[in-house]
Amino acid sequence: MANEHSMRRVTAIRNGTVIDHIPSGQALRVLEMLGISGKSSVPVSLVMNVPSKKMGAKDIIKVEDRELTQTELDRLALVAPDAHVAIIRAYSVAEKLTINLGTEVFNVVRCTFSNCITTNLREPLPHRLKVISRDPLHIRCHYCGRPQDLDELIKNVL
Amino acid sequence: MAGLITMDDLTNEQIINILDDATRLLPVAKGELFLPLLQGRILGNLFFEPSTRTRMSFETAMKRLGGEVVNLGDIKNSSVVKGETLFDTIQMVDGYTDIIAMRHPRQGAAQYAQDSARVPIMNGGDGAGHHPTQTMLDLFTIRQAHGTLEGLKVVLAGDLRYGRTVHSLSHALTRFGCELIFVSPELLKMPPEIVSDLREHGATVVETEDLLGTINDADVVYMTRIQKERFADEDEYTRCAGAYRLHADNLGDVKSEMIIMHPLPRVDEIHASVDSTRHACYFNQAFNGVVARMALICYLLGVKVPINIKSEGGAL
Repeated sequence: MANEHSMRRVTAIRNGTVIDHIPSGQALRVLEMLGISGKSSVPVSLVMNVPSKKMGAKDIIKVEDRELTQTELDRLALVAPDAHVAIIRAYSVAEKLTINLGTEVFNVVRCTFSNCITTNLREPLPHRLKVISRDPLHIRCHYCGRPQDLDELIKNVL
Repeated sequence: MAGLITMDDLTNEQIINILDDATRLLPVAKGELFLPLLQGRILGNLFFEPSTRTRMSFETAMKRLGGEVVNLGDIKNSSVVKGETLFDTIQMVDGYTDIIAMRHPRQGAAQYAQDSARVPIMNGGDGAGHHPTQTMLDLFTIRQAHGTLEGLKVVLAGDLRYGRTVHSLSHALTRFGCELIFVSPELLKMPPEIVSDLREHGATVVETEDLLGTINDADVVYMTRIQKERFADEDEYTRCAGAYRLHADNLGDVKSEMIIMHPLPRVDEIHASVDSTRHACYFNQAFNGVVARMALICYLLGVKVPINIKSEGGAL
């Protein structure tokens, strides 16, 4: 019932992407991570802190006329690793995409430490962050070992 | 081939085996025997930052064992100033040498180099990150003085924020069950992520600003220099400089077997009056850099150090 109730808050979309089961209060971070701002022309619906049987409370985002790419899913893994992503075509779920936060994050974001070797953007090896724990999320740079703050990491999306 | 980037690259058993090898290699390090275990091998010395002891002791270690050394030289005259990436520099030196010793101002540079290379990289310091080869010689020195690494009380004093030697050493000492006392001004405290790592690994850590209140119970007092070159703000450096000065007069009630160590160079942290006390260990520690690095290079290149050195080695 809670889910039906929450879904009534925004209308169904014809084409685009629905990101459901975002941890409560994280929707704005998700938008930032995906580079979706008020400047983009596509309609975006967002609900926050709606009741969820599974999570207690959750956020939902619907982005019209845009299908998330694998690169964007990799970014999403950092802020909402358990979110459900559905690609919508002609009002129906055409694809369900899986988010996978593995033990390492390759070339998604760069280390936030100003003296890390990877701050030289001409260095060709991939940016690598190690996932030390998922909950709470604890990430370190593979090269310099510095712990990463998620709010700063969002500014370093590649 | 794996190198030594942080102390996590070695198990306690491997550390002890390398220290045992180093003990046997002492007559070779002192020049009393010639044992060309590394004949035909070439070490690449890549120091992107100034170094005296680390660079020279790597070079001496290689030459005492019959190996050769090529140096990057002054970086002002190298391709680095032309904008060459670390990746490209490593590709080149990787082809010239069998093993590389490297120091770089950027943190993570040693791991980056290892990921770019086929030969083992020995991290001789990466920014404020790690300095594991210094840790190997520190462990050798502590074991030489106390006969063990287990359960000692170790005071680490001075610049614990930027001092990479104390970062690597405290990780290693934790694994041998040592009690750690960190003494520093507030501005130069051990980074919180390192303290929490150490505690997660079961370390007993005490943090204080009072040096003299800690030394009487200590087995080891490890002093470090306040590193002017790591401060972006001159005023901050001035506030911290000269925070700790150890004088022979301060040593009246310390344990008789307590040793004072310092990675050197010192500025004014240890007064010259300490040099002639039984506790002064820093010059011996600097010498141990040769023997510890000899054993480490052999280990990383898979060269076995003979059990009976005297029967294998020749007179000079």
